[in-house]
Amino acid sequence: MAKQEEVILLDFWGSMYGMRVRIALAEKGVSYEYKDEDLRNKSHLLLDMNPVHKKIPVLIHNGQPICESNIILEYIDEKWKDKSPLLPCDAHGKARARFWADFIDKKVFQNIRTLLYTPKGEKHEAARKDLIDSLKVIEEELGDKPYFGGESFGYVDVCLIPFYTRFHAYETYGELNIEQECPKLIVWAKICIQKHESVSNVLPESLKIHGLVQQLRKIRGVDE
Amino acid sequence: MADEVKLYAAAPSPYVFRAKLALSIKGVKFEYINEDLGNKSAELLKYNPVHKKVPVLVHNGNAISESLVIVEYIDEVWKGVPILPQDPYEKAIARFWAKFIDDKCIPTAFKAFGSNGDEQVVTEAREQLQILENELKVKGTKFFGGDNINLVDIAGSVIAYWVGIFQDATGLELITKEKFPKITVWAEDFVNLEVVNQALPPREDLVAFFKKMFGKA
Repeated sequence: MAKQEEVILLDFWGSMYGMRVRIALAEKGVSYEYKDEDLRNKSHLLLDMNPVHKKIPVLIHNGQPICESNIILEYIDEKWKDKSPLLPCDAHGKARARFWADFIDKKVFQNIRTLLYTPKGEKHEAARKDLIDSLKVIEEELGDKPYFGGESFGYVDVCLIPFYTRFHAYETYGELNIEQECPKLIVWAKICIQKHESVSNVLPESLKIHGLVQQLRKIRGVDE
Repeated sequence: MADEVKLYAAAPSPYVFRAKLALSIKGVKFEYINEDLGNKSAELLKYNPVHKKVPVLVHNGNAISESLVIVEYIDEVWKGVPILPQDPYEKAIARFWAKFIDDKCIPTAFKAFGSNGDEQVVTEAREQLQILENELKVKGTKFFGGDNINLVDIAGSVIAYWVGIFQDATGLELITKEKFPKITVWAEDFVNLEVVNQALPPREDLVAFFKKMFGKA
């Protein structure tokens, strides 16, 4: 008889990093228990399972915690290898995927944070410029392929797609119209959403995210 | 058909060292191409157009960039002495600590060495190192990889060797035996491993280079 797998995800509904993990689990058809964290009042479980960073997402698999979203993605891909492979088989393909995931983390997601949660000024402007440049580099990497990995939805697509949820926020708070700057990325994002239930079921509505960004800006003192 | 392996490098870089060490561990023959970082070669810019940095590994014409990505690639392509654990969970733990070193230890340490002894900055660097110290204590093994070195030890070579050089270059004693007994012993054991020792760039050259870099020359 198959061993009962216990899979728990500690997460926050609005987190782009958390969305990556939820999409990957959905792609693999893994059943799991979802626990939404109040990030201003973190649970004992979260503090226990990620004592170093105290951050979500954390995947707890049969009692063992795995932290850091990209590391969790690789773990999921390896543990549930029978369905929807996220990484390519060949070492070079894997290295390329890891390179782009690292780029997305450092040059896209970090700049998004600064763009949305820093008041207007030098830092904000620098982040805005770097973000646009970085998105254009990514768009060039995508080229005419349907997905970053080629014909199949994979690791890099999963890493990047959550950025689409902040679409309206970039315009409102960053004067950044992604459709104008990177039209191919918008086409790619819409394909991911239309063709993959794992994505459309996971990504929250952009209005809900916009409300979250508004709230966080107030909490962090960026807006009144 | 023989493998063609090239490493675009620069001796002072701890990131380059990671790739060099991984290749040495696997016994891979490679061409070491020394880059003048003030005047980068056309090949380097071709092979790493996004970041234009070293190290870049070029294997049979395929370019791989980012030191930890390179190390994982080397581990996958060349069997023999393993660098990452086989078990997916243990692998995730190794990746976690390698990332911790990159994301937390190195930037805070660098800031501390460049800070002219700013107490807050130095304290922050020590706080991150303390987390690593605790991990070594809890593990109770010689290396992060157990009896043998793994991805984390390789990532940590910057702490084992370069931090000592930065200390000499700037006069800031970030890591002392009293404050970090486990890291101190681990560092000595790591540097004294034959495969590591043979690959490390000479200390004096590096001290001179970093003295200049930190503005202390």
